[in-house]
Amino acid sequence: MDIVFDRINELIMIILIIVTLCPFLHVISASFSSSDEVLRSRSLILWPKGFNVQAYRYALAHPILKISYLNTIYYAVAGTLLGLFIESLAAYAFAKQKFLGKKVFLFMIIFTMFFGGGMIPTYLNIKNLGLIDKRIVMYLPFCVSTWSIIILRTGFKQVPASLLESAYLDGASDLIILFRIVLPLSKAILAVSILFSVVGYWNSWFPALIYLKDRNKYPLQMILREIVIVGRMNEIETQLSEALTSTKRASMEEVIRYATMVLTTGPIIVVYPFLQKYFIKGVMIGSLKE
Amino acid sequence: MQISTNISRNSHSSNSKRLIRDILKNRYIYLMLFPAIAYYVIFHYFPMYGVVIAFKDFRAGLGIMRSPWAGLKHFEQFFSSYYCWRLIRNTILLNIYDLIFAFPAPIILALLLSELRSNKYKRIVQTVSYLPHFISVVVVVGFIGNFFSQNGIINSIIIKFGAGPISFMLESKWFRPIYIGSGIWQDIGWGSIIYLAAISAIDPQLYEAATIDGAGRFRKIVHITIPSILPTVVILLIFRVGGMMSVGFEKVFLMYNPSTYETADVISTFVYRSGFRQAQYSYSAAVGLFNTIVNFILLVIANYTSRALTENSLW
Repeated sequence: MDIVFDRINELIMIILIIVTLCPFLHVISASFSSSDEVLRSRSLILWPKGFNVQAYRYALAHPILKISYLNTIYYAVAGTLLGLFIESLAAYAFAKQKFLGKKVFLFMIIFTMFFGGGMIPTYLNIKNLGLIDKRIVMYLPFCVSTWSIIILRTGFKQVPASLLESAYLDGASDLIILFRIVLPLSKAILAVSILFSVVGYWNSWFPALIYLKDRNKYPLQMILREIVIVGRMNEIETQLSEALTSTKRASMEEVIRYATMVLTTGPIIVVYPFLQKYFIKGVMIGSLKE
Repeated sequence: MQISTNISRNSHSSNSKRLIRDILKNRYIYLMLFPAIAYYVIFHYFPMYGVVIAFKDFRAGLGIMRSPWAGLKHFEQFFSSYYCWRLIRNTILLNIYDLIFAFPAPIILALLLSELRSNKYKRIVQTVSYLPHFISVVVVVGFIGNFFSQNGIINSIIIKFGAGPISFMLESKWFRPIYIGSGIWQDIGWGSIIYLAAISAIDPQLYEAATIDGAGRFRKIVHITIPSILPTVVILLIFRVGGMMSVGFEKVFLMYNPSTYETADVISTFVYRSGFRQAQYSYSAAVGLFNTIVNFILLVIANYTSRALTENSLW
């Protein structure tokens, strides 16, 4: 009875692995395949058929794709750094001693996790602040994460109080203590916060939809959405129609879609195995606050 | 006599003096807190004030303050519209299916993983299963659109079995299964982390005692493991219920199209369309406010219910 259970369990796990990986394998393999092969075989492609990188040449020729890559990197770096700065200051304040209003401020911050203004009032607010169609709108309104403040606070509390006290006695101000002692000792928890933040910015697209008008400011996922979901490939279309007949064009468009997906998600997939343990640690610490 | 007068004079003024002294002593703390507080006020609390346009006839030219009042007009309009019930029904149903199918999935996976014999095997499965969580919803919907298209893989398998091709993305009845199913695919691994952590925190002596009492594997799971992770389950359930009415806007928005509105159109997507496509700011804000309030009420109900039934709650 036990053995049967074990075998079935292992079988379920194998199925889980297969089902999880298949879509990735298919998209990656198909992106490196020739468009004829992709058109012909209507089944799962697990290895490139007719290896060629034609689709990638077309995808990289998309004028806005490269810009959006740079945009996303800019938003992620600027947003994460700015957010980390503000969050560290706040986390340190909450981690230290009691002070008047501590509970009030803490409640005020946590309350925003459950209650918000809604889509339209938030949009009007951004508009009133004059941020529409400015690059900064892609990170400023989102740079501070409540969850981040909480886990940073937990991390800061781990720093031995004796260290802080002796620094205090030596005349160090709170700011110096934070930047010279607490932060260097909290590298692990900072890494967690940074990672989640960067992934968040990498995958973000909806703010661009409502706050940006200039396509040159679009982040990666917005362009991906255009190409893959809306099906708009205007910029590449002219090059395609010069080179191919209409049937070939349709299948080439499909491979280009695959290639774009790989280009936008590739970095995350490649980097993921190395950073996985940081992500898990973050979830653990975040849940301890319960 | 002199001493007591001094004492009474000190305690009289010391309260307010002590307050100011405390604030001054901690002035750097307040300074450090300031950027964060300013951020929340500007980007989270200002919009809360903006919600007032739900009760006004917002005119862009006049701004929020000077637009005329409209009372409950927008709410009446919404509740008497022909699509009102459809939106509420779709939102609630999508959430209920999510609760029934997607919520237990990570729990079951965690239970199965904890029963795996080989640790190395367990880590491989975990690493692989976390991966889908990190790709963006745009990519996930891209996968969906591709696999479920007319010429896609799913259809070519169906054709091999003799049935006709199904137009998955254009038929209302397929929207919910695909939405929920892909949600499970993406988050079953990541969601199991927290339950696995809870399981690993269970005292092994409980299991040993159960073995001595003659309990088999299955009974151990039912009588030890599950009750031990129940507090975690309840807390996460409350969070889930509390977010109910704002059901995954981004994914629905990317997945739906007018032919699937019948099951796919939810309150949040309607708020988007009436606000951004039709520029009915006040109306949209009113529906959005309805959404937020119901959310909040559900959260409070869930919290109190769980506190009464299981002594676990968020607050």
